[in-house]
Amino acid sequence: MTLNMGPQHPSTHGVLRLVLELDGETVVSCKPILGYLHTGIEKEMETKLYYKSLPMTDRMDYMSPMSNNLGFCLAVEKLLGIEEEIPARAKWVRVLMAEMTRINSHLVWLGTHALDLGAMSMFFYTFRDRELILDMYEMLSGQRMMATYFRIGGLMLDVPKGFDKAVRKFIKYQPGRIDEFEDLLNNNRIWQMRTMGVAKISAEDAINCGLTGPSLRGSGVKYDVRKAFPYSDYDKFDFQVPIGKSGDVYSRYLVRMFEMRESLKIAEQAIDGLPEGSHIAHVPGVVLPPREDMLGKMESLIYHFKIITDGFKVPRGSVYVPVESGKGEMGFFIDSDGTNIPNRVRVRPPSFVNLSALAKLVKGRLLADVVAAIGSIDIVLGEVDR
Amino acid sequence: MNLSIDASFMEQSITDFLNNKFPGKVLGDYTYRGQFSLYVTADALYEIALALKEEAALSFDFLVDICSVDHLGKAWESEGRYEIVYTLLSLEHTYRFMLRVKIADHTVAPQSLCDIWHSANWLEREVWDMMGIEFKKHPNLTKIVTDDDLEGHPLRKDFGLVYEEPQFSHNHDEVLITPDNPNH
Repeated sequence: MTLNMGPQHPSTHGVLRLVLELDGETVVSCKPILGYLHTGIEKEMETKLYYKSLPMTDRMDYMSPMSNNLGFCLAVEKLLGIEEEIPARAKWVRVLMAEMTRINSHLVWLGTHALDLGAMSMFFYTFRDRELILDMYEMLSGQRMMATYFRIGGLMLDVPKGFDKAVRKFIKYQPGRIDEFEDLLNNNRIWQMRTMGVAKISAEDAINCGLTGPSLRGSGVKYDVRKAFPYSDYDKFDFQVPIGKSGDVYSRYLVRMFEMRESLKIAEQAIDGLPEGSHIAHVPGVVLPPREDMLGKMESLIYHFKIITDGFKVPRGSVYVPVESGKGEMGFFIDSDGTNIPNRVRVRPPSFVNLSALAKLVKGRLLADVVAAIGSIDIVLGEVDR
Repeated sequence: MNLSIDASFMEQSITDFLNNKFPGKVLGDYTYRGQFSLYVTADALYEIALALKEEAALSFDFLVDICSVDHLGKAWESEGRYEIVYTLLSLEHTYRFMLRVKIADHTVAPQSLCDIWHSANWLEREVWDMMGIEFKKHPNLTKIVTDDDLEGHPLRKDFGLVYEEPQFSHNHDEVLITPDNPNH
């Protein structure tokens, strides 16, 4: 029997359509059909000045906007060769917010994944906690979801007064709440039966399929971009990379729960040791000058006008810069032809590549396990289709 | 551990290995902002990728990404209009580099890497869908992200961004939805 699942199916986490070939309740083959959210972001970036592409990155993986911002900013900074100029304060706030974003992404994942598998109350708990992170976004940028808080060269603004209090409060209470989640789920018989041994993938297969992020680490492969290719001062933080053993839905779940705790640890180190100094680099012609300077200095005013109207020229060349987002390795490949707009921006989407392994995960399993498998690879369709 | 020495050692080993095994197939190297790439010929790409994966001393077991760049209208277009960039990662050595192929035309594309990496399947489909590069021996080179009705490959430089005039009552007659109107 052929069964159509989606695109308007609540457990496909967006508009994913699956064409399932069934034998009784067993899945014989699974063919994902995508593109319902394709908006041509890569093409549009080829027509815009570099700094104007930044808000579009938020809208790809809308669960982790700041990780996407970070990837794009790092890639442009690398192309310009100004990584050394980024002040330590900007780097540490970036790390802090990237980790908060990871927790945000994992909380949404946990809520929806548990909702799919019948544990409805989790959804309310995780969304309650996520609000606190969205409050932080709002404090920093005035926006709750699409913050675009990072800028090429640093941050939009310095952190406001009272921000560290909000972060510390979150860091204090959140571990207890994660314990609560684990109390509810870890030894829950229904949860275990729905997740243990389901949608298993071995380490070799996971590598072969290009899985990244918690989906790869759930199979026992210790690869995390933050450790392997440290960016933005991640090498100065002390944290562990959890790996799973069995490679099933349950071990991917455990990896993400552990990662949330590690993210809180990183966030605590970042807020405790937050260096003083400027929040944005001083690179005339690339980074907007401070507002006060523009009132008194002619050059600053000219630079401001030039950057806003004409952008900045980027030397010819191409780089690939990955970051570890909540979903996996989010990479930006940017090719510059020496003008003020990029020749090509390619986003290496973790969800897209993770989704390509879905057919392998669900083959020979029950129809109900498809829902568990989709949830466990944690896809977001905005980023799959771009 | 000094990372820069490690990286240059890896660069040297890859270049030596490929030059020995595939003489004449490596066209040159390119390092920009500390990132190393090798240009290879399109016809040997499949064998080179397979050898890089299977050679125990290098073990590039992870295909991170495949993407393509269109150089239409650039001063350097004569070197090849399309450039395909394969990002490879060795988990064992924690080392990443890019294999690049320049092709003059979308029909002289390299062979598909689907047999080597499962992830290549969708990545190549996307490259074909967005830029029309026809990978040889791909099992299912069909549309993946764009609409079924869309003709052409949007990321090519000669595929313009089309503005569609919206139809209202005040301009109803000017904006007619007819087959002659190219916008509709």
